[in-house]
Order: sequence, then C-alpha cells, then structure tokens
Amino acid sequence: MTVNGEARTIPNGTTVTGLLEGLEIRLDLVAVERNGQIVTKARHATTLIEEGDRLEVVTFVGGG
Amino acid sequence: MDASDARCEDRLELGDFVLRSRLIVGTGKYPDFETMRLAHEASGADCVTVAVRRVDFSAGETVLDHIDRTKMTLLPNTAGCYDKEAALRTARMAREMLDTPLLKLEVIADEKTLLPDPIATLEATEVLVKEGFTVLAYTSDDPILARHLEEAGATSVMPLGSAIGSGLGVLNPHNIALIKETLSVPVIVDAGVGTASDVAIAFELGVDGVLLNTGIAAADDPVLMARAMRAGAHAGRDAFLAGRMPKRPFATPSSPRKGRVGG
Repeated sequence: MTVNGEARTIPNGTTVTGLLEGLEIRLDLVAVERNGQIVTKARHATTLIEEGDRLEVVTFVGGG
Repeated sequence: MDASDARCEDRLELGDFVLRSRLIVGTGKYPDFETMRLAHEASGADCVTVAVRRVDFSAGETVLDHIDRTKMTLLPNTAGCYDKEAALRTARMAREMLDTPLLKLEVIADEKTLLPDPIATLEATEVLVKEGFTVLAYTSDDPILARHLEEAGATSVMPLGSAIGSGLGVLNPHNIALIKETLSVPVIVDAGVGTASDVAIAFELGVDGVLLNTGIAAADDPVLMARAMRAGAHAGRDAFLAGRMPKRPFATPSSPRKGRVGG
C-alpha cells in the first residue's frame, strides 16, 4: 500500500487509526483519503487497510 | 460615541462567522513560526488562512502549534489547486478536519501568473455551495464574474488587488469600487497587497475586508509591517465611514475671504 505516494508495508488487519498512531502524527487536525474517498474520523477505528490501498494523509500548513 | 467605539461595533460577518477584525492574514512564507505568531498578534486579525497539504512525517512542529485556536478562526484555502476537482477534493478534506463549512476557494489557472481560473472557480462555487460550504471565492477584479459568483451563492467575493505575492497593490480601483457597488455580499480584496497604504486604499473604496499574506511575511520586519497594516485598515475604514470630501477640479480657499488686512 502507499501513504502519500510512498510505498509502505503494514501488518494485516491494520486500521486507519492504527496506521496514524504508527506514524506518530497529531491526530486532531488530520484527514485521510483511502483510494480517493475520505475516511471520516468516526470510521478511522473500523476501516481496515487492504493491500494495494492508496492513502493520502493531509493536514493544515502555512499558506495565504 | 467616539470613533473607537464605532470601530468596536464594526464587525465582518461571513455567513455564520463574525470576525472582529476586517484584516485576514496568511500563515505562509514567514521566516519562522515565532515571527508569524508575533505578526498575527500585531495585525489584530482573528482569522488566518491555512493550506491543505500532505503530512510531513519527519516534521517536528507545524504551523498549527503556533496558532491559538481559542482566539483565531482558521480559514482553510484550496491553494495549489489547478482544477475544479482538486479544489472540491481539498475543500472536503478541509471540512473533514475542521468540521466547519468556512472555505476560501481558489482555483488557479497557471503557475506563472497564479491568476484565478474564472470558469473553474464559478463551477466549484456552485458545487460547494450546494454541499453547504461557506464559500469565500477568490477571483479576478471583473465585476460581471463577481456578480455571477454571488448569484452562485458565494458568501463573500474576494477580488484580487493584483497578482498573488506581487505587492503591486490595488491596480484597478474602479473595478473594485464597481464590484462593491454591485454586490450585496461582503467584498474582500485578496492578493497583491504590498504595504499599509494598499490596505487603506482598499478600505477607502468601501470594501468589507482585506486578506493578505506576503505583504506582511516578506517585509523586512513582518511584525512592524503587521502593525502598519492594522493601522492602514483602521485609517481606510474610518476614512470611508467618514465620507470623504469630493474631489474638485478647482481650488477653494480654506481661510475666509472677508476681513483681510488691507481690505
């Protein structure tokens, strides 16, 4: 699977929550897209990541 | 009631959002986060724009660590979007994070000019308004396009003063004034502001707000410039509300004609 365009290997059965915790990033202002669809916060703990998934994990950065 | 009391009541209403300051400032291009934080404070702004990007997994601190969200409203933008679909996707991700509908919509036509794509912006506005977003639409200074954006449901129309990051100020004051005259929604000049007088000029044209980033961030002393921008905003707004004297093609003396020594 890929996260932000980079290939990663993760254990079977990893949920979105598990992935984010493994990445050690702040969880309060993060959005996740799985294969082009937003995974809402409410579904992070129950959405399993599958082989071949393309994930985008975004946050806010400086801008005008 | 003196002028400062009037200003205390002077609010910028954007849909359900009420801002105390008519200046909205950006969070990009600062030399460091501490300078940004101090500049924000000096500007008096209670709303700052932020962009949406991939998380940098190696980064220690982020811009969000330097914004007090109990005092500042975050205004997400769709900066970096060069087509309608990218803007829609970014807008939805921003709303997923913030859980509020406030959004600065920008759909840029090309990297060199950073000019807004009028058709993509209008189409994206229509879609996002239907999805319940409070759309602040960044656009050109074309009054007809501005009207279309208002008709499409934009909560605010934000015409550029000049190109993003150019610091050229308000290049077409006649169009900005015409936009303000034509529209019922708040008009916010966004982009191209370079210095305090640009802000004052924008407010003297009657606009409801000014959004700027580079003008402060790229100044030699951003904190001092932020203070200047704040003063410029107040000066321009007060001057507008005061109702300036008309321009005249001839001179009229300020001192009385009668009673001059020598008759």
